[in-house]
Amino acid sequence: MKDKTPVTIEVRNLVKTFGSFKALDGVDLKVDGGELVALLGPSGSGKTTLLRIVAGLDWPDSGEVFINGEDALAQGARERHVGFVFQHYALFRHMTVFENVAFGLRVQPRAVRKDEAGIRARVKELLDLVQLDWLSDRYPSQLSGGQRQRIALARALAIEPRILLLDEPFGALDAKVRKELRKWLRSLHHEINVTSIFVTHDQEEALEVANRVVVMDKGRIEQIGSPDDVYDNPATAFVHGFIGESIVLPVEVANGAVRLGDRPLDLAAGGLAPGASRMFVRRHDMLVGPPGSGAFEGAVRHVRNFGPVQRAEVALSGGETIEIDAPRDRELRAGDTIGLDPRRYRIFAG
Amino acid sequence: MTMQIADSVSLPASDAKAHAAAARDNLRTEPRAVRIVIIALAVIFLTVFVVLPLVVVFAQALSRGILAYFAALAEPEALAAIKLTLIVAAISVGLNLVFGLVAAWAIAKFDFPGKTFLITLIDLPFSVSPVISGLVFVLLFGAQGYFGTWLRDHDIQILFAVPGIALATTFVTFPFVARALIPLMQEQGTQEEEAAISLGASGLQTFFRVTLPNIKWGVLYGVLLCNARAMGEFGAVSVVSGHIRGETNTMPLLVEILYDEYQFVAAFAIASLLAMLALITLIAKTVLERHLDEGQDAGDH
Repeated sequence: MKDKTPVTIEVRNLVKTFGSFKALDGVDLKVDGGELVALLGPSGSGKTTLLRIVAGLDWPDSGEVFINGEDALAQGARERHVGFVFQHYALFRHMTVFENVAFGLRVQPRAVRKDEAGIRARVKELLDLVQLDWLSDRYPSQLSGGQRQRIALARALAIEPRILLLDEPFGALDAKVRKELRKWLRSLHHEINVTSIFVTHDQEEALEVANRVVVMDKGRIEQIGSPDDVYDNPATAFVHGFIGESIVLPVEVANGAVRLGDRPLDLAAGGLAPGASRMFVRRHDMLVGPPGSGAFEGAVRHVRNFGPVQRAEVALSGGETIEIDAPRDRELRAGDTIGLDPRRYRIFAG
Repeated sequence: MTMQIADSVSLPASDAKAHAAAARDNLRTEPRAVRIVIIALAVIFLTVFVVLPLVVVFAQALSRGILAYFAALAEPEALAAIKLTLIVAAISVGLNLVFGLVAAWAIAKFDFPGKTFLITLIDLPFSVSPVISGLVFVLLFGAQGYFGTWLRDHDIQILFAVPGIALATTFVTFPFVARALIPLMQEQGTQEEEAAISLGASGLQTFFRVTLPNIKWGVLYGVLLCNARAMGEFGAVSVVSGHIRGETNTMPLLVEILYDEYQFVAAFAIASLLAMLALITLIAKTVLERHLDEGQDAGDH
């Protein structure tokens, strides 16, 4: 790969509607050169639409897109030099793997096109990069899903794209292959150093692969941050609920105190707006103690073990049932009465 | 049945299995007598309505021997009809190939208002009687028609000439190529085209390198059916041709004329050519359908 300064991507105030459905509702995003950014959100959150607009496969109703500081909306998809990897691969079914990868080189204008030997050398280089050079004479229908996706990536890289966009790249693969490809994608990105955005609805994938995560919901960006950031300091109730398993309890904030039902909780309510709120706690942030300790008290209903943790269903004294993950150093049994103390928690209004 | 009984005697372990198989078969099949009656009905029906007519055509054509058969085909009138049929088929298939490709491309790959209406419009020739289709052209281009005077003034002959026959045939065979391609292209979607464009291909490169190779069997299929209908069309052509012997008679028209004149050998000789066209079409259709299925399997992952 040639050494080039990685390109930046910036979108400003993008709006896109399909009929009455608002796919993008004023999205601003800046991606620095060389970053690997994940767009994370549930289906219908607008993440794929955003990616397709950056690629030039869709057009916004309003807003701006800049690639490397240039106005990308003035260019068609053809001129943007964007590598796009589709969720369902979109390999050319009537071409061999070799011809698929060579496609972008063969359709170049005559003036800049490589000769046959040059094309062969480049395709070989790319197939080596994705470790599939032994498949070059096969047809897409003869490959496994993971192989197809790697070929799709090699094909996108053939044109030396300025940026790389991946739409749910591992969405159609089974869990094991997905995990392997995640690691592989991260090291590949490290190697080729091309500014990349990938779309996913899988939080684990986003947190593991990306160096920055953009959480989207209903056409808006909820939070932009490092994987640690969005997990440890969720900015909104949506982010807390979407990323990681959360216990959600309806609470009331009044007179500087937090109440669950009619019971005041031994929790600081400083800086919280009064009114009905929701309290979010990670399962593993509920510390188990003897009865009477902590903010909550409850009875263990049943316990299952998951490797290093035990997951207990606990009926709180107020009637709510929650699931907690506790380390196995203190064995819980059905019928135990325990105290629970949230080591970390967040309270969001509404 | 007898097999299963034998099994259950010799191998008690497989008894239950055999019973299960028999029970399953019973769910799916009728008693033997009913099966025989139904199959016999189907065979008789096919024989009377399909095989027999086909045999009769060839038997009549060859009733005075093979020499008379070839002599009938070598008649100038017959040769003229064959030539005209081929020309008309070539024109209408060519026009409908271009039109069908364009229409299917537009309908399958783009969304626009009036799309449903366009699809209905494409189907129109299927739902209109061919005679009406022919009459439409008489109304347009006949001596008393809308363009009749203008055409006469400029000395252009459409009705009772090759252009009229080609137009009527094109109209009648309008839907074949488009109809064969629209579902195929809709199923294939637009992702491969999007991939091609993002890789830097132009619109034409995308069409010739990606779209066309993906639909080539569908195109052949549509052309095949279009051609069979174009060569066999009677009603619409009959209205616009004028039946000028040796000039505007296509093969189906000539068959009728010869038959009316009691020239049975000649009539059935021409008819046998049309029957052979049908048989070849059927075989080619079967082969193409296999290719179409394979193409679908390949994309089905």
